[in-house]
Amino acid sequence: MRELSSGPGRVLVAVYAVFAVAATGRSLVQLGTQADRAPLAYSLSLLAALVYLAATSCLLVGGRRGWWAALVAVLVEAAGVLVVGTLSYVATDLFPDRTVWSHFGQGYGFLPLVLPVAGLAWLRRTAPGRASAGAASR
Amino acid sequence: MNAVLLWLVLATSVVAMVMVVVHLVRDETAGDPTFAALAVAEVLLLVQAVVGSVALAGTDREISGVTFASYLWSIVLVLPIGAFWSLAERTRAGTAVLLVALLTVVALQVRLQTLWTAGA
Repeated sequence: MRELSSGPGRVLVAVYAVFAVAATGRSLVQLGTQADRAPLAYSLSLLAALVYLAATSCLLVGGRRGWWAALVAVLVEAAGVLVVGTLSYVATDLFPDRTVWSHFGQGYGFLPLVLPVAGLAWLRRTAPGRASAGAASR
Repeated sequence: MNAVLLWLVLATSVVAMVMVVVHLVRDETAGDPTFAALAVAEVLLLVQAVVGSVALAGTDREISGVTFASYLWSIVLVLPIGAFWSLAERTRAGTAVLLVALLTVVALQVRLQTLWTAGA
């Protein structure tokens, strides 16, 4: 089994770390200064922050457990960006202010939409069951 | 906010990005010239953080001070952490991390400028 944080994984960790910091900062400022303006949107910002933090740490920790935890984090992330992205178009009154995942991450160059796909692709390549296949092909 | 500094940071970042992309294409690890360019960008960012903090303290603009200051000082951390993370693996992927760091700097720089002008 390849190291989760080496090779392409290293780039992935870097991008996830940036998003973890960005989303954490954003949600803390939003919740700290104007929590009652858009409680749902800001709570989702915080959830996004936690998911990015979890994904970053899991990739860094690595190993079989890290892989499974990373998979859960990335799946939650994918679901989050799809649900929040759709809702921000359909139910605009729920989101008076923007979050990381609003409009499928438009404010962040749609990277929040690309990131879970890249994450899943990387997890697929590093899947514990594929360890022997990966070793044989190298 | 100092416009000259903004453009200097952006120009240095773009130069460094081009150097990194050349490394990526040739599949070589980043050498001293690239890290020198990163160091220049970092010095400019440090100067900007100080100048920006002083400007923030003395401005009448309607700016969220916490957000602006946190951007100002977060940018300073990006390149050192990125360089450290890149140097831990001297491969193409490690070099790509430098590109991620530089893109982050540019994105934060644009955001910083937006925050400043929005308060005008």
